Amino acid sequence: MASVAGTQPGAVPRPASELALWRWVATVDHKQIGILYLVTTFAFFAIGGVEALLMRIQLATSDNHFLSPSQYNALMTMHGTTMIFLFVMPALIGFANYFVPLLIGARDMAFPRLNALSFWLLLFGGLLLNFSPFAGGSPDAGWFAYAPLTERAYSPGFAVDYWSLGILVTGAGTIASAVNLLVTITNMRAPGVSWGRLSMFVWMILVTAVLILAAFPSLTAAAFMLEADRRFGAHFFDTNVNGDALLWQHMFWFFGHPEVYIMALPAFGIVSEVIPVFSRKPLFGYTVMAASGVAIGFLSMTVWAHHMFAVGMGTAANAFFGASSMLIAIPTGIKIFNWLATMWGGALRLTTAMLFSIGFIAMFFIGGLSGVSLALVPVDWQVTDSYYVVAHFHYVLFGGTMLGVFSGIYYWFPKVTGRLLDERVGQFHFWLTLIGFNLTFFPMHLLGLLGMPRRIYTYPADRGWDGYNLIATIGAFVLAVAVIVFLWNVLQSWLRGAPAGDNPWEAWSLEWATSSPPPPHNFDRIPIVHGRRPLRDGPVFDGLEAGGTP
Amino acid sequence: MSAARAAPAARPSGPSNAALGTLIFISSEATFFLFLLIAYISYRDANAGPSAKSALDVGRTAIFSACLWASSGTIWLAGRQLRRGDGRGFRLLLGLTILLGLIFLLGQAWEYHTLLDEHVTLARNLFGSTFFTLTGFHGLHVAIGLLLLCTLFGLNAAGVIASPHNGALRSIEYYWHFVDAVWVFIFVFVYLWALR
Repeated sequence: MASVAGTQPGAVPRPASELALWRWVATVDHKQIGILYLVTTFAFFAIGGVEALLMRIQLATSDNHFLSPSQYNALMTMHGTTMIFLFVMPALIGFANYFVPLLIGARDMAFPRLNALSFWLLLFGGLLLNFSPFAGGSPDAGWFAYAPLTERAYSPGFAVDYWSLGILVTGAGTIASAVNLLVTITNMRAPGVSWGRLSMFVWMILVTAVLILAAFPSLTAAAFMLEADRRFGAHFFDTNVNGDALLWQHMFWFFGHPEVYIMALPAFGIVSEVIPVFSRKPLFGYTVMAASGVAIGFLSMTVWAHHMFAVGMGTAANAFFGASSMLIAIPTGIKIFNWLATMWGGALRLTTAMLFSIGFIAMFFIGGLSGVSLALVPVDWQVTDSYYVVAHFHYVLFGGTMLGVFSGIYYWFPKVTGRLLDERVGQFHFWLTLIGFNLTFFPMHLLGLLGMPRRIYTYPADRGWDGYNLIATIGAFVLAVAVIVFLWNVLQSWLRGAPAGDNPWEAWSLEWATSSPPPPHNFDRIPIVHGRRPLRDGPVFDGLEAGGTP
Repeated sequence: MSAARAAPAARPSGPSNAALGTLIFISSEATFFLFLLIAYISYRDANAGPSAKSALDVGRTAIFSACLWASSGTIWLAGRQLRRGDGRGFRLLLGLTILLGLIFLLGQAWEYHTLLDEHVTLARNLFGSTFFTLTGFHGLHVAIGLLLLCTLFGLNAAGVIASPHNGALRSIEYYWHFVDAVWVFIFVFVYLWALR
């Protein structure tokens, strides 16, 4: 990998004795940082997954005492916080790190050292959060940390402080990433990469970065206020002296709802890269796809209080937030139709990457439908804080984003490692995931409608909830097996998978114009782009025919 | 490595990476202050005890505020001198900017001292909580800005940052204007509103 850099005029050769580990610690290369992000976040994913399995064991039968109530609360809080802050969001930032510079034909991110700082803030923020069990107890007030439960009177000890400090540290890294990505996309595009030719993944990352910059300061401010209350005696959320618990909820969800789209839009982008390539057609409605992403970004800033229909905001506020939430279904629906129209009449190749993208559309569609139903205020009043909500957001985050992430991994693994993931194991992984996922989360819709509340550590036998809960637990273990199959596939293929070549999928975006894995400087010559599908629409490098790289 | 990092030829104009990054970061910071200000406004007169009306010396703060806002002018003039190739004039006006910022911070320290003497603290009531959090975070930003200005002064004196188009220079100037602009909103909503 490093051989080419050594030949550049004026470059100082690396000392031969340099440790491999040190090269990873000291790296400022966006591709290495991207790999660090993905490996680290999958480690956190494993931790969050084990936490979920423990909860599912506890809930498998009624009146179970596998976990104590306080252990259950801690696992519930850590599962949510880990999956959102330490897995889904940073994994997507990892994809952006690796592929945004390649897709726009850049040498690296705009600020390589800031990029490394973002990663290390994520890692150490994550370690800070996960250190809490060794320092007196895990946070146990839910990932949303509602006040006044998080005030010192109700949550003594340091658990909640670890939570808010972990959020602040990882949040600083996330904001730095967003600044970096925005400047990179604005300033570092290769000749010919106009806004109208930007890959759809880059468009969605652009919107995501703007959302991060708009939404995260609200969480940062709220977490600082919480710490001021807990450690310096302030009264922001102290309801005894007119502090307002709803101020926390407003500030948290002003971050929390855009956060949903921060976790969804990059997956939309991945799917928009995969589906055209395996349908052998250009993306249907490019302009509308980009515009609907921007529209989702704007609308997502106006819907936060639909998480608060049950707190008594009044009819006018409820009506506004219900209507704005339903509006989001329009640009989202446009995207789903455009993906289907891209596939329509195409020469479909059902590779694992494509299967995961199709699975994404189907599962995200179900999550979207339950989401629209929750935007209806009376329906929300009926099912809020029930398992119906748990089912909904897992269909969005696992059925949506997670399947999109798997799709992206099967699609881009050859570019990152130079080797193909095993397709046979991959297809097995896909079907196991799809079955396990639906077994786990579909019954939760029914449990919610039957009245089972969220965040309870056990339930009595006479409610009729046992059967569905047992199915969900079995499904969770099927999912766990699927993840093990995936990890085995990654390890095996990384070590001795079939060589991929530069462009195994006959794709047409810019990352496939360079070698697999790309050299440290990405492209030997600055690429020149003549259209939305650079490898088809003209020579990318001087003297080289379009699609000339095999 | 660094040779190949040069920006592609596609953009003939537009802000440099550093300047654009700073503008984007500042816009995010503005949202942060917006939320601190919202908390202050929503808790206005929520408690008995000390309030903006009873505890703050608006006239005194107005004088120190004028120093801070004047420093936005001096840093702009400093940049103009540098564009005219007058390095000494640049450092003179930059030094004046640092001095004005320092005077503002000392004024804030004086104000905090007076308030603490009267037992108005973060823990006293909601006015104390919101006031000290809002103005404290602003003061922290002024202090960071002063460190940046001093670094800039030193680097320019050492001949490292000499071009008026230097990205670091632009970034620090934008950041300083931002810190001053935030204080306009704080002064209006915290101090001037207390006069009514």
